[in-house]
Amino acid sequence: MKYVNEYRDEGLAQDYLEKIKSVVTQPWNIMEVCGGQTHSLVKNGLIDLLPEQVNMIHGPGCPVCVTPIHLIDKAINLAENEGVILCSYGDMLRVPGSKRNLLDAKANGADIRILYSPLEAVSIAQSNPEKEVVFFAVGFETTAPANAMSVIQAKEIGVDNYSVLTSHVLVPPAMEAIMNDDKSNIHGFLAAGHVCTIMGISEYEPLVKKYKIPIVVTGFEPVDLLQGIFMTIVQLERGMYELQNQYSRVVKKGGNPKAITMVEKVFDITNRVWRGIGSIPDSGFEVSAEYERFNANKKFDIQLDEAEEHKSCIAGQVLKGIKKPHECPEFGKKCNPEFPLGAPMVSSEGACAAYYHFNHVEESLTQ
Amino acid sequence: MQLSCPVPTNDYEQITLGHGGGGTLTNKLLQEGVFTILSNELLDVHHDGAIIQMDGPAAFTTDSFVITPIFFPGGDIGELAVNGTVNDLAMCGAIPEFLSLSFIIEEGMLMQDFWKVLYSIKSACNQANVKIVTGDTKVVEKGKGDQIFINTTGVGKLHPKAQINLSRVEAGDLVIVSDVVASHGISIMSVREGLEFETDILSDTRPMNHMVIDLLEIYGSTIRLLKDPTRGGLASVLNEIARDTRLGISLDEKKIPIADQVKGACEILGLDPLYVANEGIFITIVAAKDAEEIVADLNKNEFGKHAAIIGEVTKEHPQKVVMKSGIGGKRVVNMLVGEQLPRIC
Repeated sequence: MKYVNEYRDEGLAQDYLEKIKSVVTQPWNIMEVCGGQTHSLVKNGLIDLLPEQVNMIHGPGCPVCVTPIHLIDKAINLAENEGVILCSYGDMLRVPGSKRNLLDAKANGADIRILYSPLEAVSIAQSNPEKEVVFFAVGFETTAPANAMSVIQAKEIGVDNYSVLTSHVLVPPAMEAIMNDDKSNIHGFLAAGHVCTIMGISEYEPLVKKYKIPIVVTGFEPVDLLQGIFMTIVQLERGMYELQNQYSRVVKKGGNPKAITMVEKVFDITNRVWRGIGSIPDSGFEVSAEYERFNANKKFDIQLDEAEEHKSCIAGQVLKGIKKPHECPEFGKKCNPEFPLGAPMVSSEGACAAYYHFNHVEESLTQ
Repeated sequence: MQLSCPVPTNDYEQITLGHGGGGTLTNKLLQEGVFTILSNELLDVHHDGAIIQMDGPAAFTTDSFVITPIFFPGGDIGELAVNGTVNDLAMCGAIPEFLSLSFIIEEGMLMQDFWKVLYSIKSACNQANVKIVTGDTKVVEKGKGDQIFINTTGVGKLHPKAQINLSRVEAGDLVIVSDVVASHGISIMSVREGLEFETDILSDTRPMNHMVIDLLEIYGSTIRLLKDPTRGGLASVLNEIARDTRLGISLDEKKIPIADQVKGACEILGLDPLYVANEGIFITIVAAKDAEEIVADLNKNEFGKHAAIIGEVTKEHPQKVVMKSGIGGKRVVNMLVGEQLPRIC
């Protein structure tokens, strides 16, 4: 497969590993922002192959992990309404709400559909005019254009029984929140390639300057990641801080202007609560006033009790890179992928789920 | 599949509750349809059960089939129901002979679709060389089923050279997969509501008994274990083997055969092909000395063209499956947790 095989080439990967080893002289903490990158690091066994000085810290870029618990509760509440069909991406279904998850609601008879595209939800709304169809629109900037398009399309074709329950979050404000946290100790970032494909790279320039930190926009294949890590370490070792683009085969400086236009049309920037982290100013999208009738938050009046996280879950510290997943006392015990206490143990992109697998490798190979 | 025989005449366009009521409608459905299409000397007796001859050790297995949609690229629920049980018998080292066939039909199923499923069952029986000798038909109210559920139970004599047993698996044995992985699950997903995508990936549903019997004839006790990685995929079956033998299994990602299209679909959908269901491949654990010859023989078979040695049984990392990734890293391959859910991005 073109654009896949060459970036999974063992020889090239080994070359980059050698290059990294030859330039690194001291320990560096590098955060890969995106959960897709965490997943790839673990799936390909890269963490084991990197020299000890390179400490990869897993960032908050897993949309499943940072969707606030009260929104999960809201989605469950909506799904349990007999007049509603709730559509969602697959991995949201297992995320724990305050009492249960969407899979439990589905088992109890709620009409919940797993979709890949919100446009499909608009079709479902068209063919079920007697029902309200709600799409659980989570994700970073990457999924925002498709969600925006679904709203635009619903308006154009007059599908009034469609709305989106948004939990969109934005990467740069989260990186800033991490840098502002006294406890975090990040020396360099691998920025999320797919987010930059949409939004471009210019919004990272101010971060580089303000925090004097190298940021390398990086892809997801093993060779991409190794090259991104190498580029970051070269900068760190030389005392440089620049914005660089490893993923230039996909990411253009200005991003995807059409997608950005659509996002700006449908969404306004708003403060957003991140699960485990708290409220971050200007860190999310909410449906704009012009499209308010497609905003499930406005359409349905849902009053829920304040939701609480499981007391022993340290997801917030993990998502900010302050603690590693295995430093949590419940890691692999009460909290595992089958019975997750917190969201990062759910998706394969969540740091805890990724570490659950990784730690087992270590144990297995030392036995 | 193409209907090879004319569809039986029947006044009803849909299955009704009466077709499961045991009276005239049930009789008509059986006499004009099921018995005629699946006719053989044991079924034709029309008794409450079939009388069969069985000498020596035999394998006995059962499986229920629930699938949406019932017609999918490369097969349908009828064919699947025969092949599934035939393959389970073959995995025991048995020669499948007789099957039972039970339908639970949802009221309103199109009669035309029911006949299609039935002809498909007949054709699958012919291909696997097995007979349906007894069965049952029930109809449930609309909304209480999903068109049709099928249960098949099968028996077959053990092949005289078969010594399939977990306790015979040893460190140093090699793991062979009989063909490309993950085709069935991806073909089904490509036609599920909400996930449709254009592809010509076909399900791999097929009977593997002839291929397995050929192997047993030649290699006999060298074949230590046979398993078909259906639900949960390759990863889950290998984990079961590791757990039950208390040995480790090392896999080499590069050696696992997978069609480019399937690999591409998995990339797009965010699925790991190791956890995707198969219906027409098997894993065998064999003594290392014969492994290459076995693969060469499998490669000559139309159902084993891409057979390959994908790993080794080891004393290291007991009860765990560890895979060497394409770039030389290592990761544990765990058993599937719940259902594999498509990722957001």
